[in-house]
Amino acid sequence: MTPNPYLYPWLVPLLPLAGAAINGFFGRRLSKKAISTVALVFCGAAFVMAVWLAAGFSSASAPYSSDLAHWIRSGNFQVDFSFYLDQLSLVMLLVVTGVGFLIHIYSVGYMWDDDGYYRFMSYLNLFMFFMLTLVLAKNYLVMFIGWEGVGLASYLLIGFWFTKDSAAAAGKKAFIVNRIGDFGFLIALFLMIKNFGSLDFTHVFAAAQSLPAETAGAGLLTAIGLLLMVGAAGKSAQIPLYVWLPDAMEGPTPVSALIHAATMVTAGVYMVARSSVIFERAPMAMMVVAIIGTLTALFAATIGIAQTDIKKVLAYSTVSQLGYMFMACGVGAFSAGIFHLMTHAFFKGLLFLAAGSVIHGVGGEQDMRKMGGLRVYMPWTFATMGIATLAIAGIPPLAGFWSKDEILWKAFNASWVYWLIGVVTAFITSFYMFRLMYMTFGGEYRGAVVEKAHGHDDHSHGHGHGEPHESPWVMLGPLVVLAVLSVFGGWVAGYNNHFEHFLAPVFRGASDVAQEASPEAGKSTLEYLLMVVSVGVAGLGWLLAYLLYSRRPELPARIAASLGGLYQAVSNKYYIDDLYAALFVKPLIDGSTTILWHGVDQGIIDAAVNDSADAARHVSDKARHMQSGNLRSYAGWIAAGGAVVIAYMVWMGLR
Amino acid sequence: MVPLAYYLLLSGILFVCGVLGFLIKRNIITIFMSIELMLNGVNLSFVAFAAHWHALSGQVFVFFVMVVAAAEAAVGLAIIIAVYRTRETLNVDRVNLLKL
Repeated sequence: MTPNPYLYPWLVPLLPLAGAAINGFFGRRLSKKAISTVALVFCGAAFVMAVWLAAGFSSASAPYSSDLAHWIRSGNFQVDFSFYLDQLSLVMLLVVTGVGFLIHIYSVGYMWDDDGYYRFMSYLNLFMFFMLTLVLAKNYLVMFIGWEGVGLASYLLIGFWFTKDSAAAAGKKAFIVNRIGDFGFLIALFLMIKNFGSLDFTHVFAAAQSLPAETAGAGLLTAIGLLLMVGAAGKSAQIPLYVWLPDAMEGPTPVSALIHAATMVTAGVYMVARSSVIFERAPMAMMVVAIIGTLTALFAATIGIAQTDIKKVLAYSTVSQLGYMFMACGVGAFSAGIFHLMTHAFFKGLLFLAAGSVIHGVGGEQDMRKMGGLRVYMPWTFATMGIATLAIAGIPPLAGFWSKDEILWKAFNASWVYWLIGVVTAFITSFYMFRLMYMTFGGEYRGAVVEKAHGHDDHSHGHGHGEPHESPWVMLGPLVVLAVLSVFGGWVAGYNNHFEHFLAPVFRGASDVAQEASPEAGKSTLEYLLMVVSVGVAGLGWLLAYLLYSRRPELPARIAASLGGLYQAVSNKYYIDDLYAALFVKPLIDGSTTILWHGVDQGIIDAAVNDSADAARHVSDKARHMQSGNLRSYAGWIAAGGAVVIAYMVWMGLR
Repeated sequence: MVPLAYYLLLSGILFVCGVLGFLIKRNIITIFMSIELMLNGVNLSFVAFAAHWHALSGQVFVFFVMVVAAAEAAVGLAIIIAVYRTRETLNVDRVNLLKL
């Protein structure tokens, strides 16, 4: 099957697994240098492998597949450990290994002083293994292994500083919310097994392709699509399951960059894109995807305006950008969604790493109100983060411009409503990102308290902090590389939709149904007009942020005061967390406590066991007095027994 | 010819004496002798019936009982000596190590 028999795709995920095993089992005894070497070599090897695969990749002979081992064989149903490489997996493979490797390098600098260094590196490698399994899977079940595995790695890494209650709670929250999504995903898998008798991509898609599009009503494919979307909403933090992602920022910053911005949270987008054949035949499911994506994009962006924690802003920004990707998938522009996924991995990974560099530089402070003026102290971080901000705001010719514009154009073809909300979101995105930049790097340094308050927050970096300082080169290197990618990453799309053509074979089965609005014909003045509009709103957002946070820094407080309740609602994240707590968490905890714990567990199960033991003890306590140890009492019992026997026999005889 | 009832009455008196001695006495040796008394009370009724019915099996049974009683006496006396050596008493009320 494979043109290069010496290239086995399954080696790519297994390499980081080996690294994770070595560091996990022996890391405690290894030196930090050795740990770093192991982690970087195995992760780097996966990246080299991925590049090698890409170099030998030919669209003509794709997809390649390789079976590693049999897994489940039951009647006609079979699932194997098999891997699959097509254009879509290849893009994901390069993004995951590339960005992942850079973040590994960065972590060496960022986590060096942490006591759990070996643990951290081992978890990162483990995450890479599961993520690569997810993108390389040939069937939904192997994908599900990766899907659950990245959830596990995410849980471990969010709760990495597990001695801190909020981190442990955030880890649990992420895991539990994801479980809700996984529930939907699993049911979708069961539906596929029941109706298609297979979980293999090729079989499922072939079976789905033979079904007619469910334009008239909802049917099997709609059900599967919606359930898959439930899973994707959990993993990719979409409404209504997005609440875990902002809390996940309790984890170390490289984790936020790798898992909660660049790779894992995009797994949902990947899964929806991978299932494009199913979605294209279920217009209602597609519409739900688009609506959820659009709403999430706008909703999360508005929350991002009022956040003061630098990582929380980026977290809501991530949720918002993921919303864009789902919007793209929902309007049938899967390749645009994947394109944005890729550019987003570059610039959002960069933003998080730069934020980490800032946090590192000011001694663990995350509150932007206590930053400011950092451009003087950390010029490299400032420059790279600036590039990323321009990229995410959609300023041409940076990466974000190309992908976001592609999505908006496709969305406009579907419905102008999506486009309008998308453009508004783009404006807000630009605003809060430049707000972040001005608050962090502009003005004067407001962090005099840092010296006193050192170590009061998340991070316990051991070294003393006088004034902010630039990060070491091991951290800046990845920033620079990602900055370069953020600038040039969008050009792969080129002017003639190179990227889309590359991915087209993957979505070919899908595209013949929905994309009547041919993008080729639409390279018109309209598209340029829309492009100008979206760049214009990005510029407006920049201008507004400049006015409010650089020219008149006293204004935002006054505006916030005049808005009153609305501002309160936004800065409290629309009270969604409180709503969920009141609606789901509290009834669940109360019910579990009173009914299940006190009622069933203590009242019935424990009571049954304890009471029967008590009864046995009481009866025995009475019975043991028969055995007094007094020989003559035994003799008495024997005599009494004998008398009873005799009396019985006499009575029998008399009868 | 002494009637059978007399033998049986004597046998019963002997047996009851044995039982009462077994229950009342505290000295192990006395208890032991009470057991022998009970056995011999039973033996007496065996031979009385055997003579009355002219059947040998009763007498054979008596020999069995005597053999077992002899063996029991051997083992029992050995135990009594062992008890006396360790506990320095023959009072059964004070041989109560198994008591809770």
